[in-house]
Amino acid sequence: MILKIALSIGLLLYSISIFLYLYRILKGPTTSDKVIALDSIGMNLVAIVALLSMFFDTNAYLDVILLIALLAFIGTVSFAKFIEKGKVIERERDN
Amino acid sequence: MKTNDVLLRNVTKVVAFIIFLFSLHLFLAGHYNPGGGFVAGLTSAGAITLMLLAYDTKTIKSMLNINTIMLTGIGLLFALGTGLIGILTGDAFLTHKYTHVDLPILGDVALHTATLFDLGVYLVVVGVTLTIIQTIGESD
Repeated sequence: MILKIALSIGLLLYSISIFLYLYRILKGPTTSDKVIALDSIGMNLVAIVALLSMFFDTNAYLDVILLIALLAFIGTVSFAKFIEKGKVIERERDN
Repeated sequence: MKTNDVLLRNVTKVVAFIIFLFSLHLFLAGHYNPGGGFVAGLTSAGAITLMLLAYDTKTIKSMLNINTIMLTGIGLLFALGTGLIGILTGDAFLTHKYTHVDLPILGDVALHTATLFDLGVYLVVVGVTLTIIQTIGESD
């Protein structure tokens, strides 16, 4: 019972955090602000899935945690490369 | 300005290995846990995509040297072949067989031909995803 209350409070706090990141995505002056906000939303989703797997008392969601983290990393790297070089996948690198 | 991606390249060398191991875990756990051929194929393609981001298509082609369209065909042949096992033993199409095998180190292992079907799904997903990404990446 005390665990469910604590998990509910944690889920509420992470939801508020995601809403604040959404504000940063909508109002961010540069593209980099929006990309970093998206990456942070991915990390908060990892935390929310972990809390939900404790809430529902199952370990079937643990693969999802690792998958979200890996996909957020790959997505952020590709966005960063697009901002820096203009191309995501180069045919032949020059360095 | 000359850029130096030493941080990204060294992180990629570690992380791509972890993603490949995770994809192998998802593939083998698919019968009893969440996972299976589709997610494992997408995760493997994600690892190769990360290597494509850190390096370039020419380096990855010289490293891996796989024909992705041929990979798709081999996967489809695996899926068709496991269906033909059922016909050859006198049952309906896609009837799966399983047996217990005593392996030297692993002991009593239950082997199922649904794993071969899943291997076909895995190869098709990896082949199609890499074909799409490399074709779009190479077109200027």
